[in-house]
Amino acid sequence: MNIKKLTTLALIAASMGVASEASAHRAWMLPSATVLSGDTAWVTMDGAISNSLFYFEHHPLGLEHLEILDPQGEPLEAQNKASGKYRSVFDAQLTRDGTYTFEIRTNGLFGAYKHKGKNVRWRGGVDEMGEIPAEAEDLRLFEIDRLMQVFVTKGAPTTRTFEAKGVGLEMVPVTHPNDLFVGETSEFQFLVDGDPAANLNVVVIRGGIRYRDQVDEIQLQTDAQGRIFVEWEEPGMYWLEAELEQSGKLLDNAKRRMSYNATLEVLPL
Amino acid sequence: MNLSRSFSSLLLVLGSACVGAEDLVLDVEIPALNVAEYHKPYVAIWIENSKGQHQRNLALWYDHDMRDDEGSKWLKDLRLWWRRSGRQLSMPVDGLSGATRLAGTYELTFSNKSQAIHGLPAGEYQLVVEAAREVGGRELLKLPFQWPAESSIETSQQGSNELGRVKLTVQP
Repeated sequence: MNIKKLTTLALIAASMGVASEASAHRAWMLPSATVLSGDTAWVTMDGAISNSLFYFEHHPLGLEHLEILDPQGEPLEAQNKASGKYRSVFDAQLTRDGTYTFEIRTNGLFGAYKHKGKNVRWRGGVDEMGEIPAEAEDLRLFEIDRLMQVFVTKGAPTTRTFEAKGVGLEMVPVTHPNDLFVGETSEFQFLVDGDPAANLNVVVIRGGIRYRDQVDEIQLQTDAQGRIFVEWEEPGMYWLEAELEQSGKLLDNAKRRMSYNATLEVLPL
Repeated sequence: MNLSRSFSSLLLVLGSACVGAEDLVLDVEIPALNVAEYHKPYVAIWIENSKGQHQRNLALWYDHDMRDDEGSKWLKDLRLWWRRSGRQLSMPVDGLSGATRLAGTYELTFSNKSQAIHGLPAGEYQLVVEAAREVGGRELLKLPFQWPAESSIETSQQGSNELGRVKLTVQP
């Protein structure tokens, strides 16, 4: 139990860059393919938290909150889930035609404090805050709303699973995320709690960082409608991320940290 | 009844006035390749308009007769065709799907009465041939043409890897 909890905490801390644990760690899922054909198809997914993209070199991604939505919006069970030293992995069998959304949503509170001379990390909901001892010192609380997505399409693309939930930072594809091609411009809209997220900084990084000297990140900012336009110059797997910090929504003395990331595949024409 | 009959004959007259017996004749060469592991390529042949919009499928050569249609797993490797048309279709498609071909030159003829090009409006088009080979590469050739042609017009392109010579003859 403790180990599992610690793993989750480490994951949250690493991926949210909480307080002094701030780092360049990136959390991601990497699909074996995003465009598939055939009657039935399998996709296998890696998940990791790492510095460099897309390499397994730090920590496996927790899959406790993994959800897969099939093209009809119905849940699909992940198969062969496993977690290794540096990465997690699972498979999904795609029988229906259309677009599947793989996502991990993390919503809750993260706390860090000192208790009896020790640094303690805590995670829970507002109604579980009683678990934090009254004599805790240096208590820092964060509201966490985090979303990680990957889109995979068998057959013709569909959009049924793109509906925003109106919680935290979300991305609504305008260009279908499994229809990204070199030389074309794609449009995505970002929402914060369901409203357009204007002036949001979005970073897009192509994988394969190990084989070049610079990260070459594409830095974008959303317009008043929360939209970004990305022109793809090279094919590959891309990691897209946006982060936003606000004052607490649930708690006066907390900061709210929201993040969104997706792995997108860009194909050559 | 009389009315409908005269309407049909009117259509026939109009039809023959606009279009004669135009044919598209296509020679597609699948090159012999000296590679350690050779698989016959998947090939898609289609017509797009001058804006690149898909118009008509002419041929699709793939492993169409495998158990459980397993060969359709690799159709997405015909990247452009898959995006423009394939992903919308349910395989196999009658009159379109056929087996992969050995190295050689294949002649395909499409008369304006054939399902593939019947009723294609007059205009500028491109014939597109895309080939993708298992454990090999992919190649795409585009041959622009005018439809219908006033005189017999021949164009050709030479592929460099997965395709050999592709020749298109548009006959009036």
